[in-house]
Amino acid sequence: MKIAFSTSGNELNAPLDTRFGRASKFLIYDLENETFEMVDNKQNLNAAQGAGIQSAGNVARAGAQALVSGHCGPKAFSVLLAAGIKVFYSDVPTVADALDAYRQGKLIESNTADVDGHWE
Amino acid sequence: MIIAVASGKGGTGKTTVSVNLARMLESNVQLLDCDVEEPNAHLFLQAEPKEQAVVTIPVPQVDESLCDGCGECANFCEYNAIVCFGTTPLIFPEMCHGCGGCAIVCPKKAISEIDKRIGMVETALAQNITLIQGRLDVGVAMAPPLIRAVKTRLREGMPAILDAPPGTSCPVIATLRDTDFVVLVTEPTPFGLHDLKLAVDMMQEIGIPFGVVVNRFGVGDDRVHVFCSEFNIPLLLEIPDDRRIAEAYSRGELIVDALPEYRRLFQSLIDKTMQRQNV
Repeated sequence: MKIAFSTSGNELNAPLDTRFGRASKFLIYDLENETFEMVDNKQNLNAAQGAGIQSAGNVARAGAQALVSGHCGPKAFSVLLAAGIKVFYSDVPTVADALDAYRQGKLIESNTADVDGHWE
Repeated sequence: MIIAVASGKGGTGKTTVSVNLARMLESNVQLLDCDVEEPNAHLFLQAEPKEQAVVTIPVPQVDESLCDGCGECANFCEYNAIVCFGTTPLIFPEMCHGCGGCAIVCPKKAISEIDKRIGMVETALAQNITLIQGRLDVGVAMAPPLIRAVKTRLREGMPAILDAPPGTSCPVIATLRDTDFVVLVTEPTPFGLHDLKLAVDMMQEIGIPFGVVVNRFGVGDDRVHVFCSEFNIPLLLEIPDDRRIAEAYSRGELIVDALPEYRRLFQSLIDKTMQRQNV
């Protein structure tokens, strides 16, 4: 199973980006192989509108079945829901911390967006 | 002759200038309220409703039996209104600008278009003024198509005054396009000057002749005047900061009716704008 994390860096110790739609990258971690790959999301970082929608599309196309991010708006959430991706919110500092929290079962799956669109 | 009344900053007096100009004109005139997110020209005119029409934009609808999930439609959509991840695309109609590109690029011809209501165009008569106003539905964020629908009601051969929304973004450009002259209304304050500069940049970009009206003349400072003279921008009119004007406004009265001494001001603006074809 693959998990996506929103981040601004390229490694497990990189910060977990609290933004989902306008995160610059996603780290896609493969739990079986314990490997990861990076998915660029710069195009959505600069989008005039619909960043969350297309970011959710990127995460889905990367094959992730779960997402850990700081927040998620309603349109992005509806796309993640349609793609069957579980959403977890976390405010830990790094991707590695978020991965640990996920493995230890400390993250609770959310069934709703936690912010309005354009919340920043 | 089509003139538009615009501004960078909101609340500078676009509608005040538009309705008073329209009333001062002796001939029949069309007044288009293009500030479709909050039309207010009707508040100053005892207009008799004549016609109402619903305005729609075309939004995509996918036939799932034809779609193979290729994602071309989502790749094409500049407004990110479509997302696809190997399955039938998800569509967010509220973000669609109605360009129709997705239906054209779809290799399977799986996309057709359906009408989505965005607002109304209302026409009313008030003496010499034919008021045509757009009214965007609550929750709709797509003003330009409605503004274009308002403008399709323009009748050739009758002068027209277009009351624009504030700012310099798409709804303003949609309003100003194809007009003959633009009046930029500002106030002599740092805010007014800052946003006037943005509006002047916009005017230079779109290349329509324009001039400036300073409202509430007497407050603030002279920097708007200095700016205009430095850049050779015609100063068309100064409307004094007169409490009686604000009082008339608050009662929904026109300045030219409530305070006849100001009629010559608006007459001079007509002379410099509506009758400037040969200038």
